[in-house]
Amino acid sequence: MMSDRPDIRVELLSDPAYLSGARELISSVCKRLGFDDLTCSKVALAVDEALCNVIRHGYKYAENRPIWISLWPLRDDAGEVSGIKLVIEDEAPQVDPSCMQGRDLEDVKPGGLGVHIIRDVMDEVCYEARETVGMKLTMIKRMPRSGAPARLSSKADKAG
Amino acid sequence: MAEELVEIQRDADRVIVSPHGDVDMSRSPQLRAALHDALDTRGSLLIVSPHDVGYMDSSGLATLVEAMRTAKRKGTRMVLCGMNPKVKAIFEIARLDQFFVIYDNLEQASKA
Repeated sequence: MMSDRPDIRVELLSDPAYLSGARELISSVCKRLGFDDLTCSKVALAVDEALCNVIRHGYKYAENRPIWISLWPLRDDAGEVSGIKLVIEDEAPQVDPSCMQGRDLEDVKPGGLGVHIIRDVMDEVCYEARETVGMKLTMIKRMPRSGAPARLSSKADKAG
Repeated sequence: MAEELVEIQRDADRVIVSPHGDVDMSRSPQLRAALHDALDTRGSLLIVSPHDVGYMDSSGLATLVEAMRTAKRKGTRMVLCGMNPKVKAIFEIARLDQFFVIYDNLEQASKA
């Protein structure tokens, strides 16, 4: 059973200069957990896009606000890593989670691709308001070779 | 500033813009500035060659879409070439591989 306590929890400021560090962390951890190179890059991309959305829309480009990234490996019944769960949290003004939709890709224009990319890359995506302040984005990516389901349990859903 | 991340080569009738490193939210403004400069140059062909870009996010894609719109408005043909598979995958996710003309290498793009 997955612990409520993440294996990794990082706090960073909402400064775009730190995006590359966050990507490298996520990509290298995914690699160590057994994801292939392309999937590592895609998961890092999803995290990058999530952080960019917090910086751009949540914090309106303020560079001194907190963002937390938490990470749990998901394991199958045999204890093998079957995926990864990532949670991004912030203290930005809360918005209706149902509004977090990607735009129509047929309408080619600059911007608005972040949510679409996140939903395309990750297997499960859930936006919700945190209990007191800010938003919480939970994302799951299953190991492509894994046939075992790695869904969020109700307990895991409360983690972080 | 723009020259640090982005190399610009100007020939008689074409401009080649080659960004280097990661193109993300913190660095896409430099690419935007370079493309703006390139599109101010009189030329019939703008080649963007991200062969040395290991990572691009949606801010980089948005910058290229914006440049493509400006290029069309100015009557400049803009093409891309030399993407690595990870960068190309981002274009495919955003379905922008259909929007841009993408060549495998600079030689092919130069004949566009």
